[in-house]
Formats: sequence, C-alpha cells, structure tokens
Amino acid sequence: MHWTNAVAMLVMITSGWGIYDDDVIIRGLHFSKDLRLGDWAAWSLNWHFAGMWLLAINGLCYLTYGVLTGRLRERLLPIRFHDVIQTVLDTLRFKIEHNDLTTYNAVQKILYIVVILAGMSQVVTGLAIWKPVQFSGLVSLLGGFQWARYIHFAGMAVIVGFLVVHVMLSLLVPQTLWAMLTGGPRVGPSGHGAPEGMR
Amino acid sequence: MNSPFRPRKRPDPAILEDHRPLLRLLERRGLIRGGLSLGALTMLTGCDVTRPRSVEDALLAMSRLNDSVQAWLFDPNKLAPTYPASMVLKPPKFNAYYDVTDVKPVNGADWRLELSGLITDKRPWTLPQINALPQRTEIIKHICVEGWDYIGEWTGVPLRTFLERVGADLQAKYVAFKTADDYPSSIDMATALHPQTLLATRYADDTLADPFGYPLRLRMSTKLGYKNPKWITAIEVTNTYPGGYWEKLGFPWFAGI
Repeated sequence: MHWTNAVAMLVMITSGWGIYDDDVIIRGLHFSKDLRLGDWAAWSLNWHFAGMWLLAINGLCYLTYGVLTGRLRERLLPIRFHDVIQTVLDTLRFKIEHNDLTTYNAVQKILYIVVILAGMSQVVTGLAIWKPVQFSGLVSLLGGFQWARYIHFAGMAVIVGFLVVHVMLSLLVPQTLWAMLTGGPRVGPSGHGAPEGMR
Repeated sequence: MNSPFRPRKRPDPAILEDHRPLLRLLERRGLIRGGLSLGALTMLTGCDVTRPRSVEDALLAMSRLNDSVQAWLFDPNKLAPTYPASMVLKPPKFNAYYDVTDVKPVNGADWRLELSGLITDKRPWTLPQINALPQRTEIIKHICVEGWDYIGEWTGVPLRTFLERVGADLQAKYVAFKTADDYPSSIDMATALHPQTLLATRYADDTLADPFGYPLRLRMSTKLGYKNPKWITAIEVTNTYPGGYWEKLGFPWFAGI
C-alpha cells in the first residue's frame, strides 16, 4: 500500500502543479515544465482525475486496515509531550537510535499523523473543487470555492514538505528502505525489533 | 515436502541425461542477449516520450469513465447557490481560445437560430421571437477550469422551456451547439433540462454585449466555463456523441461542477 500511495501521490502532486500554473495562487510562483505531469493543462487534469481514484481507494484501504487491525493506534499513539522534547533534544545531539524499526519516536508519530490528516484533507478539498455545486454545503463549510483551492494548495505544500524530510531520512538510514522493500524488519520473539545478534 | 506445485511422481532422471548437451548451451551470455532484445522491443511502443499514445488512450478512457461518474453524481433538482445583485461583476470576464480584440460581432437583425436533429418544429428563430419566450434571471458563479471565478447575472429563456416549445425529444442523449466563432460544444440532456440552464440574451439587466456572446449564448450553473458556448447559431438534439472544441484537445466532456 505504501508504494501504491507513493506512485499516486507523485502523480497527484506533479499533475496538480500542471493545473495550478493556469491560474496561480501565489503570484510569481510557477512550477517548471520539467516538474509537471502532462504537457499542458488538459493532460495534467486527466492525470489528476485518473490518479485521484488510485489515491482515494488505496488511502481508504490503508485507513480501514489500520483502524480494524489497531495498527494505526499501536504505531502512532500515544504521543507524550515529554517524549517529543526528548526526541528533539536527541536529534540535535545526533543521538537518535535506529535499532528498532518497528517503533516510531514521538516526532515520527506526529509527522505521520499530520501527513495522514493532510492526505484526507486533500481528498475533501479536492471533492469541493471538483463538484462545488453538487457539494455546495462542503464548499461553504470551507469558506467558499477559492478557500477550498487555498486549503488544497496548502495541503499539497504540507505533503511535499513531509516528502522531502521523509525521503531524506530514509536515505540516511538505509536499513529502513531495505525493510520497506522486503516486507518489514526482522521481528524478534517479543514482537518488536531484531533479535539479539541480528543488530 | 508436499506441494500442489510439485508433481507427485518425480520424472525419470534419465531425461536429464538426454538433454544435458542442450542445457550446456544455456549460458549467461544468452540471458544478456535476450535481455537486450527485450529492451529493444520496448522502444517499439512509441516515439513521443512526453505523451505516448498508449498513455493518452488510457487517460482518455479514464476520462470517459469519469464522465459517467459525473453524470451519476449530477442531481437534476439541485440548484447552484445564487448571490445578491450587489456581487455581480460588471462587465463579466472575457475568456476564449482567442483574444478579446479578435471577437467578430454578430448582427442581431440578420441572425437566425437554426434547429436540427430530433426536433419536431425545425423552423429557425429570430431574436424578437426568442425574446418573447418566458424569461428567467439567475445570479450564479462562473467557475473556469483554470481555477478563477466570478459572479454574473444572466437572463434568458430556460433551455428546457425552449426545447419543450420546439418539440425536442427530451429522451435524447445530447444537445449540441454551433457558434459563430467556430466553437462547437455539447451537453447531456439532464443538464440541458436543469432549471438554471439558460439561453441567455441579457447580462446584468442589459442586452448581452458583443464579447460575451450577443445575441444568444448558453449559461449553466452546473458546468465549468468552457462548456458555455457564445454566439450560438444552431442547436441540434441527437443521440450521437457530438464532442466539442476543447474536448477534441483532451479536456473532459461532462465537466460538471
């Protein structure tokens, strides 16, 4: 599901940049033609309207699976304030531990929750922009059609920001990539982390 | 080891002996050679790297699927939000596939509206005849596919009233339009019969100005801007997909909002 989502996200972001360029939200901010999916707006739109199904269906499967198995709650909660401070301090001292890939630190938990919420927000604001008359109630809830566009744009910025950090960190800790490609890290008898001797 | 993928009876080992010379020929360089030819095969799929034909076809197939999803989402009784007259933009925003200075005004006195297709009474209409039909005013938002929008006040005969008056087949699939600026367009019958779909002749309580489609244009509250043809000269009711100017270039046909 992660890699399906990765493909869908890249399609949605780069085709979205192609649509954005026809009527910019931030004056002077354009996306280079090399970064855009679709050689002009019509094809960017078609990519966007095809990719949305992949993103929404995959996202729905991911959330259903995560909620039903309790995996989301187990991995992402609880977040304690003290842990957040500790992780930030550890990071600044370059003392972050990566031995146990099956548990996330507090900052990771926050980032993953933020990006999941941003993804959901993109689907909701996207629906409002796609069908502002059929979902006119949703549009007024968001503060009008243009506000739906601004929030959709901001959601993109949050996801791209997350992506930059996410990809950079996974490259810094290459064993995470290996685990992602082979179906997860080796799990010890306790159900967490690698067994002694494997580290 | 029992497995459904393993034969119950092992084959006779003598078979291996028979084929040993052949197996010897299976070398690594064979794999490389084969890999190269397979790689070369992929180059046959297309030369246009930016938009290969197969990708384009797949995207257009998705777009048609989306058209049917959009038709299913369309609620024929749901009215678009309307706004107070104080919010109306005067004059409206001009947008076309050419510049405003290239607009060729239409002479209202000579103008006729031609009818064709699944319509009982195909006699052409003059402007005074159309102005004599029941009128309706809508203050609605115009949303462009590019992302901008403005509020406009449009007056004219509802397309439903007109289609009923000329005895059009309301079970037909499409209503198609021809225009003086060579901008063919077409819509689904459900949207054509929507109460806020107008054959507009007036804007902000004034005769429609030349750049905005004088004497007659389509204004719908439930579709994107590019689906609203201006300077309409002919209407056809048909069951054959008529397409449109932007649709031919790849834009979605239904374009409902």
